[in-house]
Amino acid sequence: MVPSEEQIVTRKGVALLEINDLHANIGEKEILKGITLSVKAGEVHAVMGPNGSGKSTLAQVLAGHPSYEVTKGTVAYDGENLLEMDAEVRAQNGIFLAFQYPVEIPGVSNAYFLRSAYNEIRKSKGMEEVDPLEFLDLMEEKLKLVDMDSAMLQRSVNSGFSGGEKKRNEILQMAVLAPRLAILDETDSGLDIDALRIVAEGVNKLRSPENATILVTHYQRLLNYIVPDQVHVLAGGRIVRSGGKELALELEEKGYDWIQSESGNGVTGRSRVQAGAK
Amino acid sequence: MASVSTKERASAPEASPFTAYRADYEAQTAAPEWLTALRSAGIAQFENAGFPTMKDEDWHFTSVAPIAQSVFRAAGAPKVTPRDVKRFTFEHPDWHTIVFVNGRYSADLSSFAGEDSGLRVGSLAEAIRTGKGRPERHVSRIAPPSANSFTALNAAFLSDGAFIEIPADTVAGKTVHLVFVSAGADSVSHPRNVIVAARHSRCSIVESYVALDESRYFTNAVTEIQVGEGARVDHYKLQRESSAAFHVGTIQVHQAAASELHSFSFATGGALSRTNIYTTLDGEGASCTLNGLYLADGTQHVDHQTRIEHVQPNCPSREVYKGVLDGRSHGVFNGKVYVHPEAQKTDGKQSNNNLLLSPTARVDTKPQLEIFADDVKCTHGATVGRLDDNAMFYLNSRGIGPEAARTLLTYAFAADVLEMIELEPLRKALEEIVLARFTEPVTD
Repeated sequence: MVPSEEQIVTRKGVALLEINDLHANIGEKEILKGITLSVKAGEVHAVMGPNGSGKSTLAQVLAGHPSYEVTKGTVAYDGENLLEMDAEVRAQNGIFLAFQYPVEIPGVSNAYFLRSAYNEIRKSKGMEEVDPLEFLDLMEEKLKLVDMDSAMLQRSVNSGFSGGEKKRNEILQMAVLAPRLAILDETDSGLDIDALRIVAEGVNKLRSPENATILVTHYQRLLNYIVPDQVHVLAGGRIVRSGGKELALELEEKGYDWIQSESGNGVTGRSRVQAGAK
Repeated sequence: MASVSTKERASAPEASPFTAYRADYEAQTAAPEWLTALRSAGIAQFENAGFPTMKDEDWHFTSVAPIAQSVFRAAGAPKVTPRDVKRFTFEHPDWHTIVFVNGRYSADLSSFAGEDSGLRVGSLAEAIRTGKGRPERHVSRIAPPSANSFTALNAAFLSDGAFIEIPADTVAGKTVHLVFVSAGADSVSHPRNVIVAARHSRCSIVESYVALDESRYFTNAVTEIQVGEGARVDHYKLQRESSAAFHVGTIQVHQAAASELHSFSFATGGALSRTNIYTTLDGEGASCTLNGLYLADGTQHVDHQTRIEHVQPNCPSREVYKGVLDGRSHGVFNGKVYVHPEAQKTDGKQSNNNLLLSPTARVDTKPQLEIFADDVKCTHGATVGRLDDNAMFYLNSRGIGPEAARTLLTYAFAADVLEMIELEPLRKALEEIVLARFTEPVTD
């Protein structure tokens, strides 16, 4: 995909994403209780935390899931108010969420789905749509990135895909749509080590000084393959600690209980960060 | 039901529906003795039973009052040009296209795609006139007037339709497309089609019901299909009547041993429509597949009733019907599977899935299994759902806006059942029709 002029212009040092005191509810329940986070172009941030800490909610809120209500705070994306944009507008502006549970859509082929998404994004930029043949050429190269067979394109979206295939399909979509801000929600969960490596390599190849990545994960092992610039630990809907990549290793050693008890947070649980495969 | 049959009453402007039917019945041209007797039995049965009401179990969710209370008259054939019907024929050069206007065969509009290995296709009117093919042996054999009031009414006016014979051991090389065109307001037509597939023959037949304008009329069609031993009939019915039309169409099938019926019903038109598809698996190893798709919007009412009678052992039946209902439309599906005591090793599967696109759309679905044999495998299921929010968000999150996402998901739901259509040019044509329908919303 050829980035538009606008995409190429990066504003070094200026945050691509600026989250300030973000609160969000689902129904009556407050899940995010004041998140502040700044992500610059070219950076990879890991958001870690135990189950129920709000990390997946953060990913969904950023992508514009209509079930969540933002009650307080601001999110600026490339200087614009992200919270005012509908989900499709966010996507058209370069935000991509790799789903924790990719949705199966029987009856819609992967090729048709990807081309529709690709063309919608092009249309929003005033660019011409590509025809199916041109699109297939583009796909050839992207498929290699995630080690997928072109037969996958003719199958219905995620329908009957294995867990690993679904996650690879998410990375394929990311490769095709070339987002400026990619949010990977537990893309590593449920993957065996080979699939994890393929997914991580795909993500690494797509890294550039112009785009940024947020990795939402429970486990440290993904960070052996994708090295983050910053690591944030979420607990009880707040970021309780931020640090460099060594924070992930420390978490691996001491578990989430350590950070929760240290931060005086009321969240209980005995979850430990699993040791990553070396 | 009482009826007055004097000509004075019938020609009065305030003629009641029953007097109008009686008058038109009596005004019919002379027919061979067998047909006169059949028509007479038909009108007697119809006048005696009247139209069904919602108290009738088979019509529990569908009121035919708008049909029963309206006066529809037998109509002549207005001028229709090949141009007019072009958009309904899919312009397939390899098909025999047989066109009927207001129920009457039109030689001018019909076209035959050359010689076809003994397949005999023609108008029933001509067969009745010449006696060729001995129609009296086949007409009304599977669907007698006693079947139901609409079939009785059809018998009372039986005069034309398609008469198709496929000789034994013959594979019809070309698809036969029967196109029933209605034109003009307040008319009624009663087409009767008879398809006789002799043993080990094979054929593929499409029946289209269409209109040239948006007028209000009534189509009351009956199709009888005999599927001989080891024969296979693929039958497609496309109900694309005008949005103001009333349509009742019955397809009644008799299947001999090891025969196959593949039926597909596609219904998008009509203000009020009812399609009956009935088959009797009356020989060991006979099988049937009944699939269908109905799409309704505005205030349309679209009803399907299917009945599969497993009479003999070792017969599989498969059925998948899907419906997409928008606006204030009302869909009805009633699928009956009867397994007679002798029909051991019956293997039946039936499903009906509905998608409601608006809060005011409604569907009544009633899968029915009645099993009197003890060694059978039968399953059925029905679902009624709305577009999946997660799928919507998934598409939105990929840059596809709500409108396009809705179209895509609705199309995917419907296209799933179209994929089962083996006749490729037809499948493609229907896919286009469905896609166009969801991209350009119908208003009521």
